[in-house]
Amino acid sequence: MAVIAIGCVQAAAWLAAARWPRRSPVVAIVLWQAIGLGWGLAAVGTLLGLAASRQRYGVAGDALAQVARFLRSPGTFSGWTVLATARLAALTAGLVLLTLLCWVLLAAATAGLRARQRQRLLLSLLAHGDPKVPGALVVDHPVAAAYCLPGLRSAIVISAGTLDLLDARELAAVLAHERAHLRERHDLVLLPFVALLRAFRWSRAAREAHRAVALLIEMHADDRARRHRPARELATALLRVGAAGGGHAPSGALSAVDTAMDDDVDGEVAARVSRLLRPAPGLPVPVLVLIGIAAAVAVAVPAALLVVPF
Amino acid sequence: MNRLGELERAIMDVLWEAQEPLTVREVSGQLTERDLAHTTVMTVLDRLAKKGFARREREGRAWRYRAAESREGYVTELMLSALAQTGDRQAALARFVRSVSGSEAQALWRALQALGGAIRG
Repeated sequence: MAVIAIGCVQAAAWLAAARWPRRSPVVAIVLWQAIGLGWGLAAVGTLLGLAASRQRYGVAGDALAQVARFLRSPGTFSGWTVLATARLAALTAGLVLLTLLCWVLLAAATAGLRARQRQRLLLSLLAHGDPKVPGALVVDHPVAAAYCLPGLRSAIVISAGTLDLLDARELAAVLAHERAHLRERHDLVLLPFVALLRAFRWSRAAREAHRAVALLIEMHADDRARRHRPARELATALLRVGAAGGGHAPSGALSAVDTAMDDDVDGEVAARVSRLLRPAPGLPVPVLVLIGIAAAVAVAVPAALLVVPF
Repeated sequence: MNRLGELERAIMDVLWEAQEPLTVREVSGQLTERDLAHTTVMTVLDRLAKKGFARREREGRAWRYRAAESREGYVTELMLSALAQTGDRQAALARFVRSVSGSEAQALWRALQALGGAIRG
C-alpha cells in the first residue's frame, strides 16, 4: 500500500512534467483522476494496514474490527505495549486522513457554491445583456475578463474591457470555450484537486497536480471551441486577453521583428496558443488503451487491497 | 430574469442615483414603472436590506433607504473575485485565460504581432 501511495505521487510528478498529455487532454485528465483516487485509497490503506494486527477481513475490515474491539473495552486493548500504542496511533492517523479527505472535498464544494451564489446575486443587480455576446452577461468594467459560473443556473460573464478588446469572431470563440466548460461541468472535474490543494497547501505535489489538471481542462475546452470556431480566432483572443493584464503593449514589443511564435516562451497561455496554431496529432489508440489500463490499475489495486484479505 | 429580480434591480438603480437616503414614496416616484403598489416597493426594499444591499434608517415615522455601497464598489467586488489568482474564489469560476505580466506578456504581444493581429486596446 505504501509503495502504491508513493508510486502515485511519483506518477503525478512525472505526469505533471510530461508533454504528451497536451495531445490528448481527456485521457490525461482521466489518468489524473485515477492517480488522485488511487493515492487517497493507498494512503489511508497504508495507515490502516499498519494498525491491523490480524489479517482476516482485508485492511478496511481489520481496521473496523480494531475500532470495534477498542470501543468495546478500551481498558483491555491488547495492553498498552509499545506495539499496540503504535497500532492505535496508525489507526487514528488513517481515520483522521480519511475524514480530512472527505471533509476538504465537502468544504471545497461548499466554498465554491457560496462564491458563485454571491456572484449571481451581484450579477442580477449589475450585469446586462449585449447583442455582441448573445447569452452572456456583461459587466461594465475596463479590465479584460471573461469567465463562467458553473452550476445549475450557469452564466458566462464578459467585462466591457473584453468587449472593447476583441472583435466579434474572437468573442464568439471565447463564448464557445466557456460553453464547453459549462456543458461538461469542468468545475466538478477539477473539484477533487481543488480539495487536495486545500488539504495540502504546503505540498508541491498538490500544487503541481492542481495546476496541471486545470491547464488540461482549459486545453480540452479549447479543443471543443475549435470544433465550432477557427483555431486562429481563439488563439488571438487568448493572446489579447492574456496580455491585456500586463497593461498596454510595451513599445519594445511593438517594434519587435520576431516572425514566429517563440518556442522558448514558457507559460500556460503560450502553450495553449501554440497547440491551437500547430496542433499535434492525438495519441495513437494503443497508447490510449495503455493509459486507460494504467488508470484502472491505479484505482483497482489499492481498492482491492483495502477489501480483500491477503 | 424574473419579475422580482427586475424590480430589485430597478430599485437599486434608483438608490445608486440618489444623493441622499430616500423614503419608499420617493423611490416609487423615481421608478419608471409608476403604478406599483406602495407595499410592493416596500417589500422589495426590505428584501434588499436583508440581502445587505440597502441600509435603512428611521427618520420620524418613515424609513429612509440608501445603497449600502456604490455601484462601482460592487462591480469592483465582482471583478476582484473573478480575477483572483488563488483560493476558493478562483476555484469557483472558470476563467477564459489567466492574465500575465512582464516578459510573458511581452512574448504574447510579439506572438500576436507575428500572427498579423492588429494591436488594439
